[in-house]
Amino acid sequence: MKIEKKELVDELIERSLKGEKLSISRLISLVERRDEYAPYIMEKIAPHAGRAYYIGVTGPPGAGKSTTVDRLIGMFCKNNLSVGVIAVDPSSPFSGGSLLGDRVRMNVKSEKMDVFIRSMSSGRVMGGLARTSKEAARILDACGKQIIIIETVGVGQSELDIAEATDTVLVILTPESGDSIQIMKAGLMEIADIFVVNKADRPGAEDISTSIRGMLKRSLRKRDWDPQIFLTSASVSKGMDDLYAGIWSHYDHLTENLRLEERRKRQLRQELHTRIENEFAKILWDMVQKKDIDQVVLDTWLRRADPQNTAQQFVLSSLKESGLWPQKQ
Amino acid sequence: MDRKIKVVMAKLGLDIHWRGVYLVSQFMKEAGMDVVYLGNKFPTEIVEAAIEEDADVVGLSSLSGNHLALGPIVVDMLREKGLDRVKVFMGGVMPPDHAKRLEKEYGVQKVFLPDTPMQEIIDGINAAVGNTH
Repeated sequence: MKIEKKELVDELIERSLKGEKLSISRLISLVERRDEYAPYIMEKIAPHAGRAYYIGVTGPPGAGKSTTVDRLIGMFCKNNLSVGVIAVDPSSPFSGGSLLGDRVRMNVKSEKMDVFIRSMSSGRVMGGLARTSKEAARILDACGKQIIIIETVGVGQSELDIAEATDTVLVILTPESGDSIQIMKAGLMEIADIFVVNKADRPGAEDISTSIRGMLKRSLRKRDWDPQIFLTSASVSKGMDDLYAGIWSHYDHLTENLRLEERRKRQLRQELHTRIENEFAKILWDMVQKKDIDQVVLDTWLRRADPQNTAQQFVLSSLKESGLWPQKQ
Repeated sequence: MDRKIKVVMAKLGLDIHWRGVYLVSQFMKEAGMDVVYLGNKFPTEIVEAAIEEDADVVGLSSLSGNHLALGPIVVDMLREKGLDRVKVFMGGVMPPDHAKRLEKEYGVQKVFLPDTPMQEIIDGINAAVGNTH
């Protein structure tokens, strides 16, 4: 039984690397749902990945991310580049289900366009989003897509992680995205290589780009790249040529002086760090004797104890009881 | 291993009625499914999406009378592409005998007509997909 499945997976990998859509899609699913063969798949895929140019697109809901991505897909394809898109939308914290609506705006019009779009829900597991979407992107990369676009709603930290796992980050805003204070807030605004003020036909587009420019000017952070600001109206394809050229000028910047390599190495370091932590946690969980967490919760509640200290004591006592911690003399 | 049912939902062809498909999509989300909503799409695009998304289920909404013209094309194209395991469900307004024909002659798993309780749709999908994965 096991061997049969391995052969099946091997065949899927082989077909995927040749660019067969159906197989690529199955492969992503296996990795997405943490099949027992997921690590095996990623191991086989890895040597083929790393050739694509990764673009992250993020921003608040309704800013026009999917519409912009749709226009960019068209422009990349027109220049004979193949495109893979991972579009992430949030999942319900209650049911785990999701409504993934990015495809509504994405319309691949011609069969000649070499595009693969995959929607993903962010999942309920912390860090799960970063893991699966990066892996899906790697699969598309390995299977020959030259441009990889990862689209996420920029609201939480893990979405920022994904954006930062790409070579060029586009932050898409609208004239309604807020005043100067909103622009100065930490997080989203700090990760952009390129700012897009979309729906620029509406009043206030100039104001917001002035705010962004001011924020960048005042910033003390050392940058080797000055983030560019573009005004667009993606739905009517206005300003898209400039944006497209802007993306490539960032790419050109990256390819100078090994910047791309450095950026990817830095990201790899970050990713490995997270993964190593996760692996440690997993192994330790398996090694310590299982305790009744419900009892700990109840106990903490009744004693009105502080969770931070309770957690620390929980870990220490688990390690001690399992003989993994040096006992006090 | 976590396995959620993945559904691709579309308004078939040029149908503009949105309330039904929104409502069903929302209930599916609340039942723990991943719903990829496509908006208005024609069969080629719907099948393309089903391939790329590795869908378990395709849901088609039709209230404009195009159910017999376009519904069977989606089923056929899925089979042609080797996606026999993808179940096609339809919903909307159509004569009951058309609904029966779609199920009996054209390989649509089930057609849900107006006033179908939401839970029946969820149960129908769970039952149909449950035994394929």
